[in-house]
Amino acid sequence: MKQFKGRPVVAGKCTANALVSHGGFNTLASFQNALQFGDKQAKCGDQNNADIYGKPMVGTALCLPQTIGSTTGGMVLYCAKVMERNPACMLFSEHIDSLAAAGAVLGAVWTDNPMPVIDCLSDEFLNYVKDGMKITIAEDGTVTVE
Amino acid sequence: MNYNMQLTPDEVEILNGSKGEAMAKVMKTLVMYGDAFGATKMVPVTSKMGHLVTSFGLKVMSPVYDLMDKLIEGNALSAQKFSVDPKPVDPNVPSSFLKNIVFNKFMYTMQDNYDAQLRKLGLVDDKSYTCTCYMDEVGNIPNKGEVLSWAESSAVVYANSVLGARCNRNSGIIELFGSIVGKVPYFGLVTDEGRKATWIVEVKTTKKPEAQVLGSAIGMKVMEDVPFVKGLDKWIGTTLDGDTKAYLKDFGAATASNGAVGLYHIENLTPEAVEQGESLIVDNAQVYVIDDAELERVKASYPVMWKDKNATPKRCFVGCPHLSHAQLIEWTDNVVAGLKKNGLKKVSIPTVFTAAPAVVEEFNKTGYAKKLKETGVVLSHICPLMYMNNPLAKKMPVITNSNKLRTYTTSRYYTSAEILDIITKEAK
Repeated sequence: MKQFKGRPVVAGKCTANALVSHGGFNTLASFQNALQFGDKQAKCGDQNNADIYGKPMVGTALCLPQTIGSTTGGMVLYCAKVMERNPACMLFSEHIDSLAAAGAVLGAVWTDNPMPVIDCLSDEFLNYVKDGMKITIAEDGTVTVE
Repeated sequence: MNYNMQLTPDEVEILNGSKGEAMAKVMKTLVMYGDAFGATKMVPVTSKMGHLVTSFGLKVMSPVYDLMDKLIEGNALSAQKFSVDPKPVDPNVPSSFLKNIVFNKFMYTMQDNYDAQLRKLGLVDDKSYTCTCYMDEVGNIPNKGEVLSWAESSAVVYANSVLGARCNRNSGIIELFGSIVGKVPYFGLVTDEGRKATWIVEVKTTKKPEAQVLGSAIGMKVMEDVPFVKGLDKWIGTTLDGDTKAYLKDFGAATASNGAVGLYHIENLTPEAVEQGESLIVDNAQVYVIDDAELERVKASYPVMWKDKNATPKRCFVGCPHLSHAQLIEWTDNVVAGLKKNGLKKVSIPTVFTAAPAVVEEFNKTGYAKKLKETGVVLSHICPLMYMNNPLAKKMPVITNSNKLRTYTTSRYYTSAEILDIITKEAK
């Protein structure tokens, strides 16, 4: 078991299994198929992301460095949240990028059940965490990996 | 709510609901967003017009349209008029029966409703659907130093770099919220500090670099940082004329899509580089040298996403970002000359050139329009990226000279010269 301390961008508590993307997470490419074709598991559709391509994202603790890609990214994340195709939480090893921040904040302000988001968890976090590990997050940004 | 930035009494009142619940939520969103980046305050949007990235009535984005309804019902409308990215569909563009069904019955079923929402929220007019809103014919051209609330990565990087305006790389919806409140959080590329270059790029090529490959190389290297590019003025000059602006438009779009660049400085050319020179560069900036071999390496690294890598192209798109009027004329001349040289009358690959509706309108007033039509090239105002954003188009072997289109779709990149050669020769 190991603990990491990050910054809560959207504070919250949850426990979920880790899904780890070591490269930039392309929000549009990842969620496009899931939203378009009613995939309730939201399997990642980004062929360029070898880590998580084809893996279900719903209900996971999505661990990533930052998001990349189209400036529709924030909107896509917001749509995923409203349509309940979102991860349980998003854990960024780096400072959150502007597109993911937009999605996180839109979800926090415009929905009743925000998705917790923590950033600045460090490279060590992303190197340590592996798919399927149990993740527990606290409101103060503490992330427990076991 | 708890927040860290300093708000004025007026801003606090809005946050507390003085202008209604919808406006309070819009302000709360902007404050939380700014806090995430350590913004110290909100600053007024000073440009005349905004620009939105979301132009498509995609059924799957229904939560966005529901949110727009809440804004309209709550009278939280844009304080400034805005342009918006291009539409996804144009009946002039070659399609198929099946593709039309997919577009009109499954994907873009919300288009008419969304267009109506945009008009209520503050869209300038029906001709303002383009990613190149800064073209003279379109007229959304911010002045140097003006603060913007725009999205569309290629437009933001152009406005920041070529025009010297100030805008962060906003997500869709956030840019509309800034236009509604008339303020944006003060951080990043809006600040003097955020506009300093943390990379020096030294261009040491033996010929003028292809804009889209040079931009791609720089984007992939510096990601979201600000590069100061030296040596490019040798090839594109020190005057921001039409040709140079078109080059920088295509260059910038590649930096923004192959990386996440929101601002670049070109030595002796772009406004802040001319004014401030190397004082824009931070101490200990990293250095990236680009020569012919590096550009070749980058170009060779692009994956070919076609199932049959030797397939004959079925479609060609030129104009992502949308072409300028001068680029349309140059392409027309080149296609006509290429066909004549090869003894053909029409292009061998169904080809679509894309430009802003207002640019198309002006172009159609010239004799070049007839010449282009005779070559078989279709001129459209659509977004090629949106056109390809469906399972049927993904299976089609499409070629393009756009590194942005290559990045987001299965299209295959060729330089402009290669594209010209392919479409004006007999197809294999």
